[in-house]
Amino acid sequence: MNLRAAPNFRAVWAIYRVEMARAFRTVLQSIISPVISTSLYFVVFGSAIGSRINEIDGIAYGAFIVPGLMMLSLLTQSISNASFAIYFPKFVGSIYELLSAPVSYLEIIIAYVGGAATKSIMLGLIILATAALFVPLRIEHPFWMMAFLLLTAVTFSLFGFIIGIWAKTFEQLQLVPLLIVTPLTFLGGSFYSIHMLPGIWKTITLFNPVVYLISGFRWSFYGKADVSVGVSLGMTLVFLAICIAIVAWIFKTGYRLRN
Amino acid sequence: MHRAASDLYQVTFSSRPYFSMSSIISISGVTKTYATGFKALKEINLDIERGEIFALLGPNGAGKTTLISIVCGIVNRSSGSVTVDGHDIGKDYRDARSLIGLVPQELTIDAFETVWATVNYSRGLFGKAPNKDFVEKVLRDLSLWEKKDSKAITLSGGMKRRLMIAKALSHEPRVLFLDEPTAGVDVELRQDMWAMVRRLREDGVTIILTTHYIEEAEAMADRVGVINKGEIILVEGKAELMRKLGRKQMTLELRVPLSAVPDGLSRYSLELSGDGNQLTYTYDNQSDRPGVASLIRDLEATGVQFRDLDTKNSSLEEIFVNLLRQEP
Ligand SMILES: Nc1ncnc2c1ncn2[C@@H]1O[C@H](COP(=O)(O)OP(=O)(O)OP(=O)(O)O)[C@@H](O)[C@H]1O
Ligand SMILES: [Mg+2]
Repeated sequence: MNLRAAPNFRAVWAIYRVEMARAFRTVLQSIISPVISTSLYFVVFGSAIGSRINEIDGIAYGAFIVPGLMMLSLLTQSISNASFAIYFPKFVGSIYELLSAPVSYLEIIIAYVGGAATKSIMLGLIILATAALFVPLRIEHPFWMMAFLLLTAVTFSLFGFIIGIWAKTFEQLQLVPLLIVTPLTFLGGSFYSIHMLPGIWKTITLFNPVVYLISGFRWSFYGKADVSVGVSLGMTLVFLAICIAIVAWIFKTGYRLRN
Repeated sequence: MHRAASDLYQVTFSSRPYFSMSSIISISGVTKTYATGFKALKEINLDIERGEIFALLGPNGAGKTTLISIVCGIVNRSSGSVTVDGHDIGKDYRDARSLIGLVPQELTIDAFETVWATVNYSRGLFGKAPNKDFVEKVLRDLSLWEKKDSKAITLSGGMKRRLMIAKALSHEPRVLFLDEPTAGVDVELRQDMWAMVRRLREDGVTIILTTHYIEEAEAMADRVGVINKGEIILVEGKAELMRKLGRKQMTLELRVPLSAVPDGLSRYSLELSGDGNQLTYTYDNQSDRPGVASLIRDLEATGVQFRDLDTKNSSLEEIFVNLLRQEP
């Protein structure tokens, strides 16, 4: 077998390392700022307002919002990490090197999405640790907690990668997270149970994919869910499959990369 | 004076692709139509010989960068095929690309990485095992070693250009593309680069460079290709090119000014300077115009006396300009 035709693991590692190094270089931005903002959420929602809110599903409000808060960061950070990682070399032109290197599309994806997902998982765990300082936490299904964390991070890093390739300007890069993802996350039950919504809104909410992510994730903590866990998992996998299909199409056609 | 169209055709024709064991890059029937509908390349056929320095000349927008980008895998071709050392750039892209180093026209580097990290990253990207000694040697050769811990953003333009070269050389390519390597580079650095290119060639690396500085092609290249409006209009060994298409000019300083070219010399279509002191005869190596010897005999016969004579060969630049002028 020809050695050079073998997978180029060194390239995957090289890209992954650069992506991680970038995170550690901007350690203030990537670690300190989520810790501060999470703390603020707990001061405001957990203590100030939360003390006046009844328990939801038998869970103290401060603890109830932890999974949603983690998901909120996980989604936005996965998308922004991955979209920026691929948009930036496109923007400055250094992408030429990636395109001229003996790397397959799959390797490019694994490296970039892997880097972005690693960063957002680390971030999720930092938020979890910060939250533990404010509220008593329990995690009933740690395996599923990690599984949802991983699956969500990968799926939305992939989604971010697509946005990064599609975007032609910095505005476009921020458009999707700003106009679609943030509202969907806020309306996806981060801060409330969808059972608390009036009838028609409850039905509308079921069209929001983020509801399934947050519900499943919260189940892994407290064993309580808005929708069944199987449906949550299924919907996440469907979204992952859609992202994979789009990426496959991008790479097949060279869309906005090799044209 | 006009070169006969048939001459040009002959030269162009002789540059048609032929199968050659020694060619390292073989481009056949490559076209490129950009998404805008613009046809940047029309049927490019070109073979690059193993170990040569090939200069691709052409005016702005001719398609040089497009062609290089296709061979390197940066731009998809619309049709045609390219092989690098026998590896198809589509099917065997890993083998093809790992042989190639590219220094692009634009300075594009991640500004926040250090020189050392950037060059090692490039090596890894091309699948080569880490080799600190080799990377150090590349950086030393390019006088970048002192800057190894500096971020790219702190480098001068010339240093950035050298960093791009270091990246391209980091994975020990067998073919090096230099897309206008000396644009905006001072004389000293340009000479360093030329020296580097020659050293690489001695190591057996094939080099393809594009340039607007024709003296560069003249000084460096073994062969020259001229591309215009997406078509290769000529490929020729530099020496043959100068010989075939080069023109010679002989200028005579007259003892006594003339008011008109004497009748006996009319078949030479000589040019008389305004003050009548100089006669200029332009000829080339191929045309059927009479030689210098017969002109001198005829000068004597007509009684024109000269103090001095001077001949000069046209440069590659003049050849190039003439070629493009003849293009429709
Ligand atoms: N992405 C693109 N989309 C549409 N047209 C393009 C694109 N890139 C290049 N072109 C056009 O293709 C033609 C060839 O461009 P190319 O960059 O290959 O020229 P070049 O010979 O390298 O020129 P220069 O000497 O200025 O670098 C130009 O007319 C250019 O405008
Ligand atoms: Mg160019």
